Amino acid sequence: MSILADKHTKVIVQGITGRDGSFHTGKMIAYGTQVVGGVTPGKGGQEVHGAPVFNTVAEAVKETGAKTSVIYVPAKFARDAMLEAAESPLELVVCITEGLPTLDALVAFEALQKQGIRLIGPNCPGLITPGACKLGIMPGEIHMPGRIGVISRSGTLTYEIVSVLTKAGMGQSTCIGIGGDPVIGSRFLDLLPLFEADPGTDAIVIVGEIGGQDEVVAAKYCQEKMQKKVVAFMAGLTAPPGRRMGHAGALVGGEDETAAAKIEKLEAAGIPVAQVISEVPALLSK
Amino acid sequence: MKIHEYQAKRIFQEYGIPVSTGMVAETAMAALAAAKEIGFPVVLKAQVHTGGRGKAGGIKLVKMEAEAETTARDILNLTIKDLPVRKLLIAPAVEIKTEVYLSLLIDRGASVAVFIGCAEGGVEIEQTAKTNPEKILRLEVKAAGLASLTPEQCLPLAGKLFADPGQANATAEIMAKMGQMFMERDCALVEINPLIVDNDGIVSALDAKVLLDDNALFRQEQNKSLRDLDSEDLVELDAKAAGLSFIRLDGEIGCMVNGAGLAMATMDIIKHFGGEPANFLDVGGSSNPDKVVTAFKMILKDQKVKVILINIFGGITRCDDIANGILAAMKQFKVTVPIVIRLVGTNEKEGRALLAGTEMVVAETLEEGARRAVEMSQGR
Repeated sequence: MSILADKHTKVIVQGITGRDGSFHTGKMIAYGTQVVGGVTPGKGGQEVHGAPVFNTVAEAVKETGAKTSVIYVPAKFARDAMLEAAESPLELVVCITEGLPTLDALVAFEALQKQGIRLIGPNCPGLITPGACKLGIMPGEIHMPGRIGVISRSGTLTYEIVSVLTKAGMGQSTCIGIGGDPVIGSRFLDLLPLFEADPGTDAIVIVGEIGGQDEVVAAKYCQEKMQKKVVAFMAGLTAPPGRRMGHAGALVGGEDETAAAKIEKLEAAGIPVAQVISEVPALLSK
Repeated sequence: MKIHEYQAKRIFQEYGIPVSTGMVAETAMAALAAAKEIGFPVVLKAQVHTGGRGKAGGIKLVKMEAEAETTARDILNLTIKDLPVRKLLIAPAVEIKTEVYLSLLIDRGASVAVFIGCAEGGVEIEQTAKTNPEKILRLEVKAAGLASLTPEQCLPLAGKLFADPGQANATAEIMAKMGQMFMERDCALVEINPLIVDNDGIVSALDAKVLLDDNALFRQEQNKSLRDLDSEDLVELDAKAAGLSFIRLDGEIGCMVNGAGLAMATMDIIKHFGGEPANFLDVGGSSNPDKVVTAFKMILKDQKVKVILINIFGGITRCDDIANGILAAMKQFKVTVPIVIRLVGTNEKEGRALLAGTEMVVAETLEEGARRAVEMSQGR
């Protein structure tokens, strides 16, 4: 079992003919993901790694029956790609693109939300249900099917944590990178209930960082509503205040937004926080 | 991206938000001339990219001509929070009858655009939010409708700021214009603190703070020209132009990492083992070899760096791209400091094969790499 994606998930790729889009479509297919088509305006009729290319999302969805779209188009066009997705009967949109203007992300998120379509990202690695379906850019081979759920604001830091889990023999049910931008479609709070309800997940790792209050809000939810074990890792203990650390959202705005303040609040809510990444498996098995 | 108050006020003026734009001067003499033209009393305001200007002595009321030049010189000699004052805004002094706080921003916790109001102006809004959260007023608006916002839609908040219908209506009109400006200029924050009513009952913006979205600069030529290069770290700007995120720190271990979260975690673990990172450096996703060369250049500029730790977990970044970049950098620069490298993920084998035969210390895990780098930085 898993959340959001499994071996039956049919996927279209928006921006399938681009450098990143075609490369990662190949990797997704090699992992076993059912990529049933792709979209690039003006390139309908071509094929990428055997998947048919359509001119519009509407056409691709109608022909393939896909309910999920993964977006690799450049930042300049990502809003329009998401707005087009919002016009189609999709259920899940995963936007990998980084560097979107914040207002573009917000306008697109509003449109998707109105149609009841879940958005993961933007500026994220995507999500993976190990052994079944990969919707994004994470290296598939570091994952292993299992019963730990992972939700993270980071990309490569998630890979780091997942590979530590895999080496410790702890497989994953689903791993989701929610993205590091100020405006994202799904937050810790939106995804925790799905893992809580998933019979295939035993425990959850949340990977946070400086900036915002999402981890603290999530901790309160875990304490009040969740039965399953939740552990955390928080990046940015050494980040200087007032500086934007790469991610648009990774800026210590106030004293509540530092890694240290968040760790304190997470621990107060009964969520163990790993000091170094390699401690995560031990915290899970305690 | 931060801009100065005088620049923000000029944008307000373009959008018809009532404001006195004043005049800008870079010398005490020019400040005096401007003050004479405006007419005393005037307020001299330091133009620097930080708050707390008033407390630092950067904002002064000047009542008569005799004081103007000395006061201007005093402020121009200030350095506020490490930022030297190079420009002054000279504005007419206004009698304030009432003042309120008003801003428009994106609430990242809720992913909505929201107006924030507070009937007490001129205050530290973050402080009020903590001590008296009931005084903070919110009005959420759809981003899709920001550009076409009407005063009627803004009245529910404006009416709580001012009991007087005329003043409430004027404020609602200002809010609608803030919405249009926010959307059209790709703002991240538009703040008026305070918004005032003068003795004639006129509502206007006494101060202006605007943050612009860096990610939208590709479509905002006007915004780009507002960047004040004197107020920014040039090395960090160069990095940005090359598609890297770079922040200088004080330590001895130069870091090159892909991904912001992993870059932060790498700094954290260096510190955990007793070392000090020299920088934050995210080479970004989809990295081409040129970025790695630029990254090396940035790190090597820092004379304090004793060892370089490269930590790459390939995803969209391919390890062979990184390896090619490292080889190109080694050819181009004389790298005398030792390098510890940890290279895993997409195209890992290809990347490692390219680097076989170089003198780098290869680590299998982040912890091993960090520990080795710390030891080497301490001469062990």
